[in-house]
Amino acid sequence: MRTKLFILLAIVVSLGMMGCESKEEGGGGNKGMIGSNAAEKVYVAPGEHDEFYAFMSGGFSGQLSVYGLPSGRLFKVIPVFSVDGEKGYGFNEETKPMLETSHGFIPWDDSHHPELSQTDGVPDGRFIFINGNNTPRIAKIDLKSFETTEIIEIPNSAGNHSSPFTTQNSEYVVAGTRFSIPITETDVSIKDYKEKFQGSLTFVSVSDDEHGDMAIDFQILVPGYDYDLAHAGKGPSHGWMFFTTYNTEQAHTMKEVYASQNDKDFIAAVNWKKAQEYLKAGKFREMPANYLNNEYSEKTHTAVSKRETSVRVLIPEECPGLIYYLPTPKSPHGVDVDPTGEYIVGNGKLSADLTVHSYTKMMKAIENKSFEKEIDGIPVLKYDEVVAGVVEKPGLGPLHTEFDDKGFAYTTFFISSEVVKWKVGTWEIVDRIPSYYSVGHLMIPGGDSRKPWGKYLVSLNKITKDRYLPTGPELAHSAQLYDISGDKMELILDFPTIGEPHYAQAIKADVIKDNSLKYYKLDENEHAHVTKSEAETRVERNGNKVHVYMTTIRSHFAPDWIEGIKVGDEVYFHVTNLEQDWDVPHGFAIKGARTAELLIMPGQTETLKWEPTQVGVVPIYCTDFCSALHQEMQGYVRVHPANANVELSWGLGEDDE
Amino acid sequence: MKKLLIIATIIAILFMSCGEAGDSKIEAGKLSNNTEAVEESSGDGANDGKGVGPITSVTLGDIDEAMATEGAEIFKTNCSACHKMDKRFVGPAMAKVTERRKPEWIMNMIMNPEKMVKEDPVAQELLAEYLAPMANQNITEDQARKILEHFRNYDNQ
Repeated sequence: MRTKLFILLAIVVSLGMMGCESKEEGGGGNKGMIGSNAAEKVYVAPGEHDEFYAFMSGGFSGQLSVYGLPSGRLFKVIPVFSVDGEKGYGFNEETKPMLETSHGFIPWDDSHHPELSQTDGVPDGRFIFINGNNTPRIAKIDLKSFETTEIIEIPNSAGNHSSPFTTQNSEYVVAGTRFSIPITETDVSIKDYKEKFQGSLTFVSVSDDEHGDMAIDFQILVPGYDYDLAHAGKGPSHGWMFFTTYNTEQAHTMKEVYASQNDKDFIAAVNWKKAQEYLKAGKFREMPANYLNNEYSEKTHTAVSKRETSVRVLIPEECPGLIYYLPTPKSPHGVDVDPTGEYIVGNGKLSADLTVHSYTKMMKAIENKSFEKEIDGIPVLKYDEVVAGVVEKPGLGPLHTEFDDKGFAYTTFFISSEVVKWKVGTWEIVDRIPSYYSVGHLMIPGGDSRKPWGKYLVSLNKITKDRYLPTGPELAHSAQLYDISGDKMELILDFPTIGEPHYAQAIKADVIKDNSLKYYKLDENEHAHVTKSEAETRVERNGNKVHVYMTTIRSHFAPDWIEGIKVGDEVYFHVTNLEQDWDVPHGFAIKGARTAELLIMPGQTETLKWEPTQVGVVPIYCTDFCSALHQEMQGYVRVHPANANVELSWGLGEDDE
Repeated sequence: MKKLLIIATIIAILFMSCGEAGDSKIEAGKLSNNTEAVEESSGDGANDGKGVGPITSVTLGDIDEAMATEGAEIFKTNCSACHKMDKRFVGPAMAKVTERRKPEWIMNMIMNPEKMVKEDPVAQELLAEYLAPMANQNITEDQARKILEHFRNYDNQ
């Protein structure tokens, strides 16, 4: 039976792919159904601004990219989980702690799902969160500075995929394990998966202030399935968080086959308000843990790593009413809650139909204690008693659903490579449009919130093939923009993205743009090694450690010559940018430094560590074109032999010599 | 040599307009009538040696020592990287500036440098001489007034 299904799928896939290639010969391949006014719809004239900010995951680049919609123009790549030489992130002394973990410094991760903070179920533009999938972490990016300001590691986790979806007021962002593991982490036999492996669902609280500090409030230990994606209830269902599961077979090898046996897996419904009651009542276990919480301060311009050593854990058997399972056909991938909060869509990726559960029916079933069975203290509700409706034969391989503001839902189908529009409540299909090719996530601005801006839809495609000029074996990754303001969806733009684009979020530009920080105020700079004026610039030696207190302004360094550095010294250039105006960063680079440049924003202090290995005179210069005299923004450092008996000297301008 | 200076000035002006994030009004065609624009702004009487910017009149009293001390601190952090009191550096020496310029001009130059070097004839001459456009340090009116007091105090001693 399984084999047959696979052969069938394989044939459908290959036919689909062939179909794509053969529809149109040469040129740009498939053009799709392009309306004659598509160019007009995406054209943002030079000097004009886009209507939306789109935040696209950087996928296996580990970063987060910022695009404009509808133009598809890239504005910024925000470094999050991976080092970035361009910005010095992870290279300068201030940001190195951001990438520290319980495993040590990690220069990379795989980032999947950006999630905007919400107030009352509507994206509020304060923060955006994104998950690190490989070494489980959640990062917070401040949308005033567009910089990563916090990263928290998730203990008792592996494959942090169902993350960091937010509750209605960003009380929590969550983290569910896509890999179950032995908890606590010990080296048991992999073959003992069924007996000894567990999943964990982590609730990370976000402080309700300008900092949005993250902390692990609690974890729930759950059966050893794969917890894939999540979305919070909203409106009436506020207080609940839904996670999809697959591999309820609990296979530990050849999951491609053995994790697809059951007709139904589950959506886990967690009552997190109930969890708070249990925490208050002390019904949690304090478990030892080892994880880091790294925070960047915009006052000290420096990140600090804090080690945490325990976590509060709730066990479903000890906490009745905390969590229920809703049977959902065939390895559901995305779980998406409609804007009213009533409907919970389970995108069963191997199912022929799309299943939609009802929150009202779920609550009634819970009230009636109408359970099919119980697994490790988790009641399993009866499918027939919770299902609201089924979208029949919508396509092949449903993955994700988002919503517009007119009562329609849009679901992506990976295998049949299309987006299908259907009516919430009647479950009828009203439109479908191909994507090029193999769409994964989709994104409508606000499309997972209570108030979608139902004007555009972006499909985030897994395969690019012939859409762009070829660039060798590795191709650009691709997003496609559709106009969904009318009855029929209309493809209006292709644009490349960085990494593999997973999920994305978008928000009206007006919500964010006026809050955008222009520069850091120098008189509020509390960096431990700040230099607030040229009068304070100096070089200090302490053993073999040398601290250079340097400033920049258009267009010179102070000091711009230094003598008395010796081979074997550990030199720290603490460079403060004295500029107090928008768009005047200065760069700092020194020949032979085995690290990246500094890129110092106005009013900011950054530190480059340099360990000279060769005698000589080495140049320093500004890397970011800063003024007409940028090329003059340079200087020299003299490096003496290790045993030289020399005093430090430094200066700026002829008179100082 | 003179040609070089003109070219450098044009380059400097071009860069200034880049830094203004959209509100620049200099167009290619207008660069050639630069002198005309100067005459216009100096001839309309609105400037009157007071410069271009938010400050149209300043009332001066006796020198306020406390204000001058504060002004000296603000000057040290925001200005001293380019301006020394008693010698030419990136920009002009500040000594006797209160004798050369009206107080309004000084405050406008501090608060509104981009527009000053575009529209004020004296500021334009200074840019042609020094070539480095003055950085906007986002100084508030209160801070600029204190810096002015610092200059007055310095020139008085």
